[in-house]
Amino acid sequence: MCVSPVILRMPTIADYGIVGDCRSAALISRDGSVDWLCWPLFDSPSIFAAILDRERGGHWSISPSSPCEIKREYAGDSNVLQTHFRSASGSATLTDLMPVSSEEFKRANLVPDHELLRQLSCTEGEVEFETDFYPRLNYGAADARLRDAGANGLCVEAGRGAYRLRSGIPLTLSQARARAVVALKRGQKAEFSLSYATQAPAVVPALGDRVVSAIERSVTWWQKWTAASEYRGPYRTAVTRSALALKLLAYAPSGAIIAAPTTSLPERIGDSLNWDYRYCWLRDASLTTRALLGLGYVEEAASFLTWLLHATRLTQPELRILYTVFGRRGPLERELSLRGHCDSRPVRIGNDARGQRQLDVYGEVIDAAAQYALHVGGFDRFTQKVLVKFGEYVAHNWDSPDEGIWEPRTGRRNNTHSRLLCWTALDRLLALDEKKLIDGVPRQSFTDEREKIRGQIEQRAWNPDLGSYVSTLDGDGELDASLLRLSWYGFDHADSDRLQRTFRKLREKLASKDGLFYRYPRQPPEGAFGICGFWAVEHLALGGGTLDQAYAQFERLLKYSNELGLFAEESDPETRAALGNFPQAFTHVGLISAALTLAEQERGKAHPAVHTGSDVRASTRNAT
Amino acid sequence: MNWASWLIWGFAATIVLTTISAATQGLGLTRMNLPSMLGMIFTPDRDKANLYGFIIHVLAGWIFSLLYVLIFHALGAAGWWRGVIIGVIHGLFVLVVVMGLLPGLHPRMASEQRGPEAHNMLEPPGFLALHYGVQTPLAILLSHAIFGAILGAFYKLP
Repeated sequence: MCVSPVILRMPTIADYGIVGDCRSAALISRDGSVDWLCWPLFDSPSIFAAILDRERGGHWSISPSSPCEIKREYAGDSNVLQTHFRSASGSATLTDLMPVSSEEFKRANLVPDHELLRQLSCTEGEVEFETDFYPRLNYGAADARLRDAGANGLCVEAGRGAYRLRSGIPLTLSQARARAVVALKRGQKAEFSLSYATQAPAVVPALGDRVVSAIERSVTWWQKWTAASEYRGPYRTAVTRSALALKLLAYAPSGAIIAAPTTSLPERIGDSLNWDYRYCWLRDASLTTRALLGLGYVEEAASFLTWLLHATRLTQPELRILYTVFGRRGPLERELSLRGHCDSRPVRIGNDARGQRQLDVYGEVIDAAAQYALHVGGFDRFTQKVLVKFGEYVAHNWDSPDEGIWEPRTGRRNNTHSRLLCWTALDRLLALDEKKLIDGVPRQSFTDEREKIRGQIEQRAWNPDLGSYVSTLDGDGELDASLLRLSWYGFDHADSDRLQRTFRKLREKLASKDGLFYRYPRQPPEGAFGICGFWAVEHLALGGGTLDQAYAQFERLLKYSNELGLFAEESDPETRAALGNFPQAFTHVGLISAALTLAEQERGKAHPAVHTGSDVRASTRNAT
Repeated sequence: MNWASWLIWGFAATIVLTTISAATQGLGLTRMNLPSMLGMIFTPDRDKANLYGFIIHVLAGWIFSLLYVLIFHALGAAGWWRGVIIGVIHGLFVLVVVMGLLPGLHPRMASEQRGPEAHNMLEPPGFLALHYGVQTPLAILLSHAIFGAILGAFYKLP
């Protein structure tokens, strides 16, 4: 836990912590300001968006009046955030959470549909705090009209729903904001509850003892959840925090998993690489499912697969790239008139990647499903049929260009990574077929197509002049970090001559200091892409290097989280600043997957994906 | 009351309703599979749920058609357009009331307040069942209107 002086500047991305309840999330700055909150869904319009515009976005701060030292942590293995302030006059702790509890508890008690609880507690001496509740509706487009409901708090009507703020201290209303200054002495507490409901009558949440028990209940719930993890390696703290962050990105009512809870946090400060990630990318969600499955969280994987089968029903066997949490097509992109995080404009909502074609998605979805089947022993007939249809789509369409994993907006190409994942899709279905976990696989045609893909990758994605696999078929030497996945998906052994040479080239062209990897060369450069460094760890662990090298690479990367253990999409290798949406599922997935691979290699077991691929390759050799 | 006519045309209208429901799904209008949703009240097994749900849907449709017939009697006349009006009202009732109640009634359906516990649940339909596709209300209204039209057109008042 590190200590830093009070923030007087605009918070950076790494200055934020996250709280959530698996239906929505809030980002809270190091100095106690809720600067991002969208209710009722992750992609609903914001009520607080100061992270994107300090003046117009809206915020809810509870901050000490005088300079303080600040340290932050989560309460044990939970998503209950604690910010400790220490000033010359005393110390206090601000506890932030979205309360969680079992479904049984919710059936027996009145609980708000959505709630953000904040408890301020003085632990030593006396500390003065200021609170400023300044909601701005619809991404800062409009002031909120605050209505004083007496003992029932302040109400804000907004569209189909209503917000309610209850405060343990008197607030002064001034136009569209409510403020207070309070000095707390040792042992004194002040509690606040912000709730949201779309139905009337809404629950009016109590303060006092209810807040204390809600905190205890939430911490207990999260700790029970993390205790179920099967990870037994040396990086328990980092893996557990990553699992907790990923869990917050799962939308429990449907089973969808979003890529990140924010929009338009910049990949390059002051620039326009600002995208809305509050949707379910099938790729990211499948990899998240696989990571959680690796930790033993089978229920989360089952929920996601159920969602997947229903969400994609209208387009099956074709898969779209991204969906809303209820399986609708992601909205069209549009720009908001916000200043942007550190003047990084435009601020966008919606995402035009929704119209892209990314063939790798099939491989990631089928691979996640295959790992799930290996865990639970199979699928029902409907799921089997859908997966076979996905495979048939791949068998008919793999030899065509697509936008690929990095979603460039410059058109389609014959991407090596997309071919690799098409190979993976067919490979995994054949493996499931061999293990009698799926019916209806057209064995011969899938085997033939899989071998054609292999041949194409080996012949046309390999550049003999460069001595490396390259990003596109017949490519002239362009490299990207997705080539690190050739070993992980079991296409080739990490210690093969070709992959060794490819890894050397990738390191030469894309690695920065501290083991970070850029996803591809770009001018001007963006940050190093978080997950790519972890892919390198796995490549090294799987035989591309030594286990010691892999451990060293992993530990260098761990330093790029904030003090809470949260990672953004990218990191600036020079300044170590977090860049891009935050926290980012993709990076945390990379961390967990790398930690699992290290643990498995340490124990001398084959990686599950490689194991499956090896089985299939062996059977293919027999067949041919 | 013309029992024979009700039995025949109530059954026929229900079969058409079920067929249209399947077709709207197949044509990409909606993700909603009402028979499957009904069947999953009794079993999580998707294959069995489809079968059970089909049987329940046909029986329920048959019983509901009796209500249509009673209304025709109360009006003193049938006719396809009367059937359409009753069908649209029926469809609206399903969309606005039944779909809203479903998460509370269905043992395997999540509510929008669910979480963070992860269990394999059916996603909630949301207002007007829009979570199952934006054209779901259209699909439901269309299928119920045709259900009513068949009953209205072919049921013979004694």
